[in-house]
Amino acid sequence: MMGAFDRIKVMLGAEPEKATVFTPEAKELHELKRMNKADFQAMKQHAREHQLVNHKWRNRRWAVLLFTNLLFTFSFWLDIQMLEGALTASRFVGFHLIDLNSALQVMLAHKHIIVNLFIGTATVFFLWAALGGRSFCSWVCPYHLVAEWFEWLHLKLVDRKLVTDHEFHRGTRTVFWVLFSLMALLSGYTVFETLSPTGILSRALIYGPSLALGWVLLLLVFEVVYSRRAWCRYVCPIGLTYGMVGAVSPLRVEYRLENCFHEGDCRKVCLVPHVLDVVIKGRAPDKHVPIGPDCTRCGLCIDVCPSGALRYDIKGLGKLL
Amino acid sequence: MSDEQNPPTPQKRGPVPVRKQATRRRFIRSVALGSAVVGLSFLGFVPVGNAYKPRLRPPGALEEKDFLASCIKCGQCVQVCPVQAIKLGDIDEGYGIGVPFIDARNQACDFSCDAVQCILACPTGALTYRKPDFAETRAGMQMSRAPVLKAKEKDPEPTLNLKERIGVARLDRPELCLAVQGKGFKGQARGPAFTGLLRYMEVDRWKPIPVRDHPYEREVCDLCVTECPIKDAIAMVGFVAEDGSRRFKPVVLEQCVGCGVCEMVCPTEPAAIVIDQRKEWSA
Repeated sequence: MMGAFDRIKVMLGAEPEKATVFTPEAKELHELKRMNKADFQAMKQHAREHQLVNHKWRNRRWAVLLFTNLLFTFSFWLDIQMLEGALTASRFVGFHLIDLNSALQVMLAHKHIIVNLFIGTATVFFLWAALGGRSFCSWVCPYHLVAEWFEWLHLKLVDRKLVTDHEFHRGTRTVFWVLFSLMALLSGYTVFETLSPTGILSRALIYGPSLALGWVLLLLVFEVVYSRRAWCRYVCPIGLTYGMVGAVSPLRVEYRLENCFHEGDCRKVCLVPHVLDVVIKGRAPDKHVPIGPDCTRCGLCIDVCPSGALRYDIKGLGKLL
Repeated sequence: MSDEQNPPTPQKRGPVPVRKQATRRRFIRSVALGSAVVGLSFLGFVPVGNAYKPRLRPPGALEEKDFLASCIKCGQCVQVCPVQAIKLGDIDEGYGIGVPFIDARNQACDFSCDAVQCILACPTGALTYRKPDFAETRAGMQMSRAPVLKAKEKDPEPTLNLKERIGVARLDRPELCLAVQGKGFKGQARGPAFTGLLRYMEVDRWKPIPVRDHPYEREVCDLCVTECPIKDAIAMVGFVAEDGSRRFKPVVLEQCVGCGVCEMVCPTEPAAIVIDQRKEWSA
């Protein structure tokens, strides 16, 4: 059975391993699905026909993302002083909040940590450890939203066979994480910040447009014509930093084998489809399986699933209630 | 797969399976992506290394190298500045992206916040009241004593909590200086289109106003001296010109912190007096 450690390995770039040990319930469910093929097809058809086009979580997420980023903007423009600063570092009604990856870059480059930097970093660490780590990506990061819109364009072009998606090895991101850390440590400059579309977009939203937006546009064009969601999938160390933090998070998406018809729509919409390896027929080692730490908790799979096999879950809450 | 007409040479392997080929291509692509992104990140060093845009940094900034390392590029200093003197660097400044600077000619730091609030706002200590021990301090950067803010001169605590200067003013083009030419000045210091702000104690203690809303009338131009927010930082000194007439010129003193107000209000174009950023004091 895939443990927390194996799920972290998958996040770092390893291929998901097929389960060899199955719980009796899971075995039974897999068996049931195999035996009643005609019935199973009919049930699947039934679920399909009653499927509602649903964007509930996507809409909520976009609203939260826009609200958060505009709160920065308006705090400055209207001088309401709610959330001052940018995504890299800010004060929420006076409390320091510091982006974990930016903090890491500064700590490695400067090699000196003042109290406010520590407090802000610790606050954000606990915040995202509770809220699911990479949920930062899909619920807050402005580049994620823009990239989602351009992904739609990419998929249209793929449909018309005008472009194809070129995959990279997912381990590339892990290598980048190490390289960017090393570059900060050895050069004494916060090298990644110069390239980070997250920081660039956040500052542009607050302090006005910059030449740096040209770089962000280049990235988006690259993603449209060459490789789907390449920055988030294969490069961005921010995602991996938050992924590590979220590895212990109680908030996650949970897979329910008994509701699944193995149609695979979830894997098509997912930014990180390797975390959904478990939904492939015959793979789930247990009746309920938590989705790994690389999951951004974006909820697209939950929206797209016609039979409710994926849902948000808070670890331990079920037992508590 | 061998064929009768073309027997394969013994060392030649059979065709690579499609899957393996795809994996190999993906690996090569990944290496290319890695090299490209790393190459681009090194590009950020070019503007820093050749000091392509030397910048006047906000008060309390660490030495440039430490400053770029410690700044988290959030702009909280920008947000607290009452005259919006602080701007952020763009991507053409490489590793200086998102790092704050002051363009004194357009908007100098006039200390109308009274307390160097940008330093207070900085979450990482890139702007700091007190440098950590390991941080570099050049001779001539430290103020001999805490600078006195003219606006607070009568307060029980009239000084600014500022240990080091950010630069030093210098009469760069004495031939343009109105005082050196024996000329006075009348009107808006920088013309009607200039949007820069300055605090005038006699107008409003708390609110800086546009320079254009505060016209001057001087028999001998001495704006750089009268508008300087720091006590004993600059003075008019008399001298005898070649034609035997008595003239004045501004002389920068040790208390100059490099805020740039003199450069901002100087009515000549280009400014006769400028700030040398990060320049140490030398008598």
